[in-house]
Amino acid sequence: MADPMKIRAQMKGDTAEIRVLMSHAMETGQRKDSAGNTIPAHFIQAITVDVGGKRVIQGQTGTAVSRNPVFGFRVKGAKVGDKVVINWVDNKGDKRTDEATISA
Amino acid sequence: MTPRLSTLTAVALMTASFAVQAQQPAKKPLSKAPPATKAAAEDKSAITKEFEKFREVLEEDNPAELFEARGEDIWKNKKGPDGASMAQCDLGLGPGVVKGAYVQMPRHFADVGQVMDAERRVVHCMVKYLGYKEADIRKQPFSNDARTPDHVSVITWVAGQSRNMKIAAPKKHPKEIEAFEIGKEIFAYRAGPYDFSCATCHGDDGKRIRTQDLPNLRKPDQAIRAYQGWPGYRMTGGFMLTQQWRMNDCFRQQRFPEPTYLSDSVTALLTYMTVTANGQQYKGPGIKR
Repeated sequence: MADPMKIRAQMKGDTAEIRVLMSHAMETGQRKDSAGNTIPAHFIQAITVDVGGKRVIQGQTGTAVSRNPVFGFRVKGAKVGDKVVINWVDNKGDKRTDEATISA
Repeated sequence: MTPRLSTLTAVALMTASFAVQAQQPAKKPLSKAPPATKAAAEDKSAITKEFEKFREVLEEDNPAELFEARGEDIWKNKKGPDGASMAQCDLGLGPGVVKGAYVQMPRHFADVGQVMDAERRVVHCMVKYLGYKEADIRKQPFSNDARTPDHVSVITWVAGQSRNMKIAAPKKHPKEIEAFEIGKEIFAYRAGPYDFSCATCHGDDGKRIRTQDLPNLRKPDQAIRAYQGWPGYRMTGGFMLTQQWRMNDCFRQQRFPEPTYLSDSVTALLTYMTVTANGQQYKGPGIKR
């Protein structure tokens, strides 16, 4: 099971600033180990972000994204206390969902 | 017409300028020399400022947090073979007390009769209470992109528990004073194929490697800069590196043989550096390019 994400969600004026730090190897499939064998690709493929029960972001990511990536979003129309649910799925079918609440 | 003419004159002026310098004091290219050096100085501080900005942005979302979480889990939940846990580990402030312990090490520990730095103490506890084998830890003491050893995560968490606290490494016990003095000695000891010492790069103000300013580790406000970033998340590779790694790498860069993991000499150097940085504020685990 993958490590939990770190989510920060805070209102800045009328927009919510959401930042998420994910723990993932993000292997491109182009590297070789010390024995010369290709390290198989292993990366986050899809991300969704729900704020207050509404899907605000649905995205696809690929191997160009760094290891342990950070994503930031600004969402209009959110309010303090709204629940933020972030979910990712990788190319091996591994997944992780974490929640946070928007703070003032 | 005019453009070509002016380039021609420019070329002529350039070739002639060395010879006729004295006769043509008012010509433009020559009068530019002094401001250029000033601009270079401004550029340098501008670059440093840009680096600072870069670091600040990165520090907001430092993946070191992920390793802190992992370390916390091991510290709080992992049990050794005989049911012991890290709650029994004394980091100098009493068993299980972690808050503020990191910035108060290296220190003398009576149970082992030795001065230990934070990393050494954490490894000691993990071997003693959680049943880790020292030989296994020594096999891979530092992280690489395939694996971050458990003790590195624990050290990262312990360091995070001293975030924004003032460094206060003790220098009272005779062994602590001894370690400080030995560290000072090693810092200035010149040897190896390059006849280098730590002080060659870190013993004076205003030294640098490429665009990187080097701190003078003999001064508190600069020693903190070396202490600050560790343990640090290295973006190239994406893993955590510890202060012991940094020390070993300094030896490698000097073309010295690298010390064995958790050696007395590294503890001595860390004692010297940390005591020198006493009173400065530690920002917590860092992030490095």
